[in-house]
Formats: sequence, C-alpha cells, structure tokens
Amino acid sequence: MTDPTAELGLDQPWALSPSVQLRPEPFGALAYHFGNRKLIFLKRPELVSVVRGLGEASDVRCALVTAGIPEPSWPSYVAALEGLAASDMILRTAA
Amino acid sequence: MRLVEHFEHGLDAPICLTWELTYACNLECAHCLSSSGRRDPRELTTEQCEAVIDELQRMQVFYVNIGGGEPTIRPDFWHLLEYAVAHQVGVKFSTNGVRITPERAAFLASTDYVDVQISLDGATAEVNDYVRGPGSFDTAIRALENLQDAGFKDAKISVVCTRQNIGQLDEFKAIADRYGATLRLTRLRPSGRGADVWDELHPLPEQQRELYDWLMASGDNVLTGDSFFHLAAFGEALPGLNLCGAGRVVCLIDPVGDVYACPFAIHDQFHAGNLLTDGGFRQVWQTSPLFQELRSPQTGGACTKCAHYDACRGGCMAAKFFTGLPLDGPDPECVQGHSELALAGARTVPAASQDHSKAAPTRNQPVMLKLMTRPPVSDCAESPLAGFTP
Repeated sequence: MTDPTAELGLDQPWALSPSVQLRPEPFGALAYHFGNRKLIFLKRPELVSVVRGLGEASDVRCALVTAGIPEPSWPSYVAALEGLAASDMILRTAA
Repeated sequence: MRLVEHFEHGLDAPICLTWELTYACNLECAHCLSSSGRRDPRELTTEQCEAVIDELQRMQVFYVNIGGGEPTIRPDFWHLLEYAVAHQVGVKFSTNGVRITPERAAFLASTDYVDVQISLDGATAEVNDYVRGPGSFDTAIRALENLQDAGFKDAKISVVCTRQNIGQLDEFKAIADRYGATLRLTRLRPSGRGADVWDELHPLPEQQRELYDWLMASGDNVLTGDSFFHLAAFGEALPGLNLCGAGRVVCLIDPVGDVYACPFAIHDQFHAGNLLTDGGFRQVWQTSPLFQELRSPQTGGACTKCAHYDACRGGCMAAKFFTGLPLDGPDPECVQGHSELALAGARTVPAASQDHSKAAPTRNQPVMLKLMTRPPVSDCAESPLAGFTP
C-alpha cells in the first residue's frame, strides 16, 4: 500500500498506478485513472517518458536520467510527479 | 503551443464523448435537448453497441457519458454497462432515476468504474416537476436514497439552471450534501424541445450574475461540465477549459449512430456522419469535413471588437444556432448585453431536423401552467378581443 503523506524523493521507487492508462497526444499524453476517474494532462512528451519509465527504474533519479532529463530541470519534473502522486496516478512501490 | 490551442486543433480521439443510447423516455421534460420520448426503430442493436465500445477501447476513449432518452429503460442497458467497464471504457450515465432500484443501486455500489448522474431541475417538487413532469422529483430523490443506502459514493446531481431554480442553488447544494453527492450545474440550451421553452426558462441577465457570483463563492466542489464559459466575460474565468470543444474534444453519438459535434447540437447542420454507414466512429471523428472545419481557425466576427472576447470566445455555438443568431456573433446570453439587439430583431429560429417526442401526451407530461399576469378587463367582458387595442 502507499503512504499518501509520503513526500516524493529522488531516491524512492515509484510506478504508474495499475488503474491508470496513458493516451499519447501531440502535447504529451492524457492520463486517466479508472478508479477515481481523474483525468490529467501530461503537457510534455519528456514527462510522459519519465512516467512510463518509473516502473522499470530503481528510483525517480534513475527514471529522470533514463529519460534524458538534464539535472537543472529535475525540480520541475519532481513537482509534476508530486502532482500525479497527489491524484494517485503514480504510487510509491516497495523498494 | 499551449494546451488549449492543441484542443482547438482537435485531438485524435475525443476527451469527452456523450452517447445517447435511446430516444425512448418515461418522461417528457419540456426542455429535452434531444426531443426524446419514443424509441427509434433504427436504434443500434446490442451487437452494434458492443462494436462501438470495442472501437472506443482501441481509440483509448477512457470514458463515455451515457444518456438518452432514459438509457436505463433499454433492456440491454446493464449488459452494455458491464461490457464497457470490462473493455476499459468507464461510464457515467445520466438518468431520471426510474430504474435505480435498491438492487441496481447495490450493483452500482459494487463497481468502481461507473458514475451515476441523477437529473433534478428543481430543489423542490414544485419547481422540478414544472419542467420534468409530475412525480419526477420523488423518483429522483428515491434513486438518491437507494444509492446512499447501498453505499454508493459520490453520485452526481445534475441541474439545468433555469429562471425558476437559480434562486435554489443553496438548496441544491444541501440536497447533494444530504445524499453524499456532488452537485453539477449546467446551462439550459435552446436545443431540441428546449427551443420551445427557452424564452420562458433561460435565466434573466441579473440571474446570470447571481449564478456567476454563486459559482465564484461556493463553486469549489461543484461541477459545471465547463458549461458556463460565456459567464467568463463577467471578469475572472471559472475553472475549466473555457473553450467550445464541439468536434474538437467532444462530440455526441446518437441512438441511431449519427455523430454530432456536441450533445447540444442534434441538427443536420452539425451532423458529421454515421458510424454504421461512414466507416466507424474513428473514421467520422478523424475525417468528417464538418469536424475539420470546426478545428480550423475560427473568426470571432462581431465579437472580436469586444474587450471580453478572449474570455468567452463568443460563447456557445449551439445556443446561437438554435436561437437563430449568427454563429460568428455574440451568444444569446452574452453577459455584456451584446446580443440584445439581435435577439429583439428579425431572426429565424431553425426548424428541428428530428423529433422523437411522444405523439400523444401521457400523464407524465409537464403542465407548464402560469398564473395570469394581467387581470381581466372586467368580470363580464365576454369579447375575446376585450382590452386588445391594435
């Protein structure tokens, strides 16, 4: 289970929720959560790559590196991921 | 490119799709958008509906808003609901509540992917039944009770805002709170039978302001379906896209498989094609000339001179069309008053291109009786022209 109060850190493993599907769009993707019926727009293709890579990566840092995100941009991606976590789109997984 | 510009150019699949499953209805609401009443013999069969769901799954249309008519009176409604959910197409369905029995409510409470929306157009039986017909308030409340008793969480109560119910917004919110539901307010459109009663039912200018102020003050947990973007011209925009999504991110599939630009535009003018005869829904959505046109840059016409054009984008296409106003001019309910002249002048309201209203009224028909607003000339003036001065 996830801890909703957990802050998202670079060293933590996260993954896309199994209830969520991504639909590719020119601007990025639509993310839809079938359980809570929330629809979120991922407004950058790079963010979509990060989100898709989360489950494979050992932690958030690894997902950012794999997606080729330059380190100075990491804070904005972490903020975007925190937004997704707040809607249960991505979940903290067991280490 | 900003997100809203992507939407204006249209997406490969709709975000929000309304699917009316049947024109049959137990009620005869005075303002019905789709002029529903009688089933159409050409309505899609169960197998055809399943094929539509399969295609929506392939297109990753994540959810559909199912309506009608009254969708639950289709004998295969519950089957189609389960079929959609099993194929990753979530469902929100609109109902007047007639078939939400305790047993159905228990079933609905047991599934995650289904959302229920109960229509209620008055916070009291008097106001609701005036437009929705006798007994319809009690039916809706009973459905809400059944859902609550079954443990169904967060049903939606959908209200069409009218001149008669704008003063009841707090009462609607109280009803929603009582049943653990979320209030959803939408705009009255002059579509379908709504065209016949729009003059009498649409909110007065000061009521538009009242609605806007209420939404700004108390609207945090109230849904609007992005219905009121014409109110953005009052000042600060309401939450939502504030954009007409017709044919760009929304559309309507009607019971016979006709695809229209939006749920408020069931008319030949906004007909994009038919999914049985034009190669399926994806083909219609992606290639219909009408949708291509709606996705091309639009001119604001007379509105571009207005300082508020960027806020309201000229308002609702369907509202203009069905009141006989030019599509590139102001909305009939323009809050800056720019449509008053056009509404007062000569205009031709377009004839309906379909009507499934019941041929003979039943006991469910609303009786929109009004008290006399003028006293008789005198008690014994028998002439039918008494008091009439040409």
